[in-house]
Amino acid sequence: MAEATRNIVLHVSDVHKRFGGLHALSDIDLEVEEGKTHAIIGPNGAGKSTLLNVIVGRLAPTSGAVVFDGQVLTGRKPHQINQLGVARVFQTPEIFPDLTVLQNVMAPAFAKRDGAFRINIVRALDRETEIREEAEAILDDVGLIDRRDSHAGALSRGDKRRMELAMCLIQHPRLLLLDEPTAGMSRHDTNTTIDLLKKIKARGMTKVIIEHDMHVVFSLADKISVLSGGRIIAEGLPDDVRNSPKVQEAYLGGAHRLEAH
Amino acid sequence: MSLFAIPRRDLIVLALFSLVVLAMPIWLQPLGAAYPALMQKFVISAVFAIGFNILFGLTGYLSFGHAAFLGVGSYTAVWSFKLLTMDALPAMVFAVIVSGLFALIIGYLCLRRSGIYFSILTLAFAQMCYNLAYSVLTPITNGETSLQLTLSDPRVIDSALAPRGAGLPSAGLFGHAFSGLEGFYFCAVVLIIAFFVAQKIFSSPFGMMLRAIKSNQTRMNYTGFNTRPYALTAFVISGMYAGLAGALFAITDPLAGTERMQWTASGEVVLMTILGGVGTLVGPVIGAWLIEYFENIFSAFNEQILHRVFSWVPEGAQDFVVTIVSKFVGEGWQLTLGLLFMLVVIFMPGGVMEGVRRIVSLFNRPQRRDPGAMRVQPAE
Amino acid sequence: MEAILAQLLNGLDKGGAYALIALGLTLVFGTLGVVNFAHGALFMLGAFCAVTFRMLITYETVVQDPTQVTAWGTPVEIRTPLAQSWFGDWGAVLIDYSVPLSILLAIPVMLLVGVAMERGIIKHFYKRPHAEQILVTFGLAIVLQEIVKSIFGPNPISQPMPMALRGAFDVGVWIGIAPDMLTYPLWRLLYFVFSIGIIGAVFAFLRFTTFGMVVRAGMADRETVGLLGINIDRRFTIMFGIAAVVAGLAGVMYTPLLPPNYHQGMDFLVLSFVVVVVGGMGSLPGAVAAGFLLGILQSFASMTEVKSIFPGIDQIIIYLIAVVILLVRPRGLMGRAGVMES
Repeated sequence: MAEATRNIVLHVSDVHKRFGGLHALSDIDLEVEEGKTHAIIGPNGAGKSTLLNVIVGRLAPTSGAVVFDGQVLTGRKPHQINQLGVARVFQTPEIFPDLTVLQNVMAPAFAKRDGAFRINIVRALDRETEIREEAEAILDDVGLIDRRDSHAGALSRGDKRRMELAMCLIQHPRLLLLDEPTAGMSRHDTNTTIDLLKKIKARGMTKVIIEHDMHVVFSLADKISVLSGGRIIAEGLPDDVRNSPKVQEAYLGGAHRLEAH
Repeated sequence: MSLFAIPRRDLIVLALFSLVVLAMPIWLQPLGAAYPALMQKFVISAVFAIGFNILFGLTGYLSFGHAAFLGVGSYTAVWSFKLLTMDALPAMVFAVIVSGLFALIIGYLCLRRSGIYFSILTLAFAQMCYNLAYSVLTPITNGETSLQLTLSDPRVIDSALAPRGAGLPSAGLFGHAFSGLEGFYFCAVVLIIAFFVAQKIFSSPFGMMLRAIKSNQTRMNYTGFNTRPYALTAFVISGMYAGLAGALFAITDPLAGTERMQWTASGEVVLMTILGGVGTLVGPVIGAWLIEYFENIFSAFNEQILHRVFSWVPEGAQDFVVTIVSKFVGEGWQLTLGLLFMLVVIFMPGGVMEGVRRIVSLFNRPQRRDPGAMRVQPAE
Repeated sequence: MEAILAQLLNGLDKGGAYALIALGLTLVFGTLGVVNFAHGALFMLGAFCAVTFRMLITYETVVQDPTQVTAWGTPVEIRTPLAQSWFGDWGAVLIDYSVPLSILLAIPVMLLVGVAMERGIIKHFYKRPHAEQILVTFGLAIVLQEIVKSIFGPNPISQPMPMALRGAFDVGVWIGIAPDMLTYPLWRLLYFVFSIGIIGAVFAFLRFTTFGMVVRAGMADRETVGLLGINIDRRFTIMFGIAAVVAGLAGVMYTPLLPPNYHQGMDFLVLSFVVVVVGGMGSLPGAVAAGFLLGILQSFASMTEVKSIFPGIDQIIIYLIAVVILLVRPRGLMGRAGVMES
């Protein structure tokens, strides 16, 4: 565990989030190592999405801080956080349904190249060869190159997901947040997505995955934190977590066993 | 130079567009609309509608206050005539700058909200401008009597260059006053340039960002874009287009009245845009021409003409038919306009361009749908 | 002191009109989720109900009396208003009280107009984007006002108030200062009381009837109420009709203060929208409070003392307040966040 060159990219320290009287998150400490895939699992209502929303600045924590690469994220706007190198895939794909698939993937590249705002009307969109070529390469990676000129709104749910992933990948984010990347997908789509995520993993991108599909988590994660009732009840390597009786007890209530398929 | 480089397809559209606009005096002849005053109106309304579409068509923000910028442009142009020179260029430049500044302030405030709030706010601001033009600002706007040229205007630049003529001068270019069709051709050239700029915006990354705002603002934010300056820029650009149109109105007829700022004028440009096709380049132009043409035709009708039109109807029924129809023409043209508005929104929210596309795709089955979003949609 | 009180009173009747229109707008937002740009036209239609009613009862039958001859040798024409020929001497009273009596005509007419509007047009737009809702109701507003224009002509038609109500109420005596120091026209006072009454009735209706409870629940969470097997749509239709009646009655009673003209709907609508924005989208108490607040502030702004310091302030005060509210508290005085934003 304790390697000499451990480099923590994302540091969530002592975060509490209260909605009225409800403690959605209590005392959350999280360290995400550079280049690793960190999974956060837990039953529905455990606070996974709340935690993710706190990390990306959509929700302000009641107390505590989120630090990314030495920069405090709390209090920043979503676009500022993205500009720092944090990209996010949503549980229900957030895409541009009225644009083509290619344009969907090109747009984030402009945000990366030109910043949060730039008026760019001199050069026509199709003269932006570099960005277009890169977008096409990534669409090829995710297997959507044939749908390049389709309306994004017309894609299937699984394709939208993959396109959204491509939109994040083109930004080469330092940290990629995935909110249940396979929720609502068929087995086949889930498997292609896992393969895809493994391929990205090979590129050394840091990822935080929120998931309740164990199959996905155990084949991808380097480290797992188990969230229950707004607290982290266990943390460690996939095997340790899987075998932890505490997790079996608290998270599953013994109803079914954690197993990698 | 990349500033003028546009994709080949756009170039063809631009060439065709220019041809159609410049040839107006020819093809409007058989339609009975080839007189300068009407053709100028065609061309100027098209500028207004193209600009409005840059905001509404691309970003989805529905403004109900664009007439305010039209009015500001007109007043600025007339003041430029009165104080400096009858030359059209400075009048246009000033009008665009001043209306752009107005749009910057109003847009900054209104864009703090989105959706319906935004529409209401723009309407409120336009009414405020209208009320002010009517009351306190009468020294600048001349209130109800409209701002006009007078013999005692200083016109410092013109007076310095040449002795004054006896009558009221008319607008012109480099010392040459417009007469006959010259005013029309001047406006036509401005329209072609305005269309070219709109084309550049539509086909640029900036245009894509504006479409993306309409499509999904949440994703825009999480993609690292600050959406508000984008929307504000679109607002200012479309305000400048409106100011330009206002200046052109003043150039063709050096007069600026408050009625140009009324909410009905704002509503008309909305109608032009949706009638033609929101978010398309050519649609708003077609919409503007249709509305102006019908307005001209319908408002010219009176009972005598109607009796002639319905002379085939039996005597007893004829009076009845004429009475009913007369409610929709002449003075009642606005009623037809309102009905048209409703019918278009109910049955044809994609406008004429959507209809054309449907017909084309009937003959041309395998073709994919164009990516430009056709339906009227508010920004999120 | 008296001047300030007088302005306060002056703002009440106009504020009442704003509040009534804004109330209906908010009800329609809240229940149907539709922004009704034709709501001002309903106010205008109400006013023209009063005009129509008066025209009906003063419609004259002409009888020639051959026993009497004018100086020109033609028989004298005896003109009798319809009301008089039907009700005899009571007819004169009817004509005198035509404005308040036309409420009897306005209620069924406005209810019908409202329900027809909702069933005929608005219903088809629930699922369509807000921009299209705005556009279709905007077109409808133009159509309604142009129809009225083509029937009643472009000029305002003044409506006299009943003789008995033409005086002024001496507020000064009532609150214990010298007589004649502070008077308030009776009709304006009546309008204020009337608007309070209507507002009270609407709130009581929403608060204490089963119908109102369902509607309020529907405003909060439409789907759940629908799941309970309650036909929410029909109730919402009726709610739209009620909103139309409220706007119409506001218009009827306002006629003696402002001779009705065909374009007054849009004038009031724009202001009422600002009222709604200031009060907070979707908040009924907010709409009412902001209506009175803005009415009063507008009346203060039209004081000569104020105008000499800020010329033209009376024209724009309402919009200025809207701007300030939006900058300081975007959701309005009592609004919930995010209502009608997306």
